[in-house]
Amino acid sequence: MELKTKINAEPGKHDLTITREFDLPVELLFKAYAEPEIVAQWMGTNVLKLENKQHGGYQFETTDAKGNVVFRGNGAIHEFCPNQKITRTFQMENTPFDVQLEFLEFIKLTDDTSKINIHTVYRSVVLRDQMLALPFAQGINMAHNRLQDIVSKLK
Amino acid sequence: MNLRRDVFQAIADPTRRAILLLVASQTMTAGAIAANFDTARPTVSKHLQILTECELLKQEQTGREIHYHINAKKMKEVADFIEPFRQMWDDRFNKLEAIMKQYKNK
Repeated sequence: MELKTKINAEPGKHDLTITREFDLPVELLFKAYAEPEIVAQWMGTNVLKLENKQHGGYQFETTDAKGNVVFRGNGAIHEFCPNQKITRTFQMENTPFDVQLEFLEFIKLTDDTSKINIHTVYRSVVLRDQMLALPFAQGINMAHNRLQDIVSKLK
Repeated sequence: MNLRRDVFQAIADPTRRAILLLVASQTMTAGAIAANFDTARPTVSKHLQILTECELLKQEQTGREIHYHINAKKMKEVADFIEPFRQMWDDRFNKLEAIMKQYKNK
């Protein structure tokens, strides 16, 4: 099966692109980015603020079952063109990661299908690779922990 | 020497995985890395040496200090290290699509 979500990250560059086609009209795809309640559902985070306008800002916060904050991120919205484009910054709070610049393009393919093209620019090649490696590092750590759990139960 | 096998041995150790996870989030000195572990400093140095030897970490000399950062190229050899990042986005977009399809039918 062909992969729906594609990542293009060339070695030695400080940017990447994420593309994905949807069985949704472009208006609905855009709505998923513009309505705070909907963003919260698919991003799995609380939306504290979402000002959809030029020079607006946004803030996300994720808490665990006990109510501890496990993630907080924010950014400034530079450009907001309904059903076409959002240009914004993004930064994870309380991490050493520097801010990144995101260009989100919403493209109509047919009346019922659309495509998103996210171009993210990082401050350095190292920073981009760190961001790419993060889910990988978390993944191998979790996989090994699970393996250890299973092995320890066998003993 | 079988370098590939060494890479897998390197990530099989929990302390070395913890170091990779730490360094994945920021470039760090050996001292800063060691400060995160209860283990003796020479033990951490040994782990850093192994990770550097199998090229999962890269050393960078800045003045008198050596900084460690993750070597994305080598990580890619271990597995397709971009895949979990792609998977994370694919999961989010699948959710988005499902939610909006329901929304449309309301």
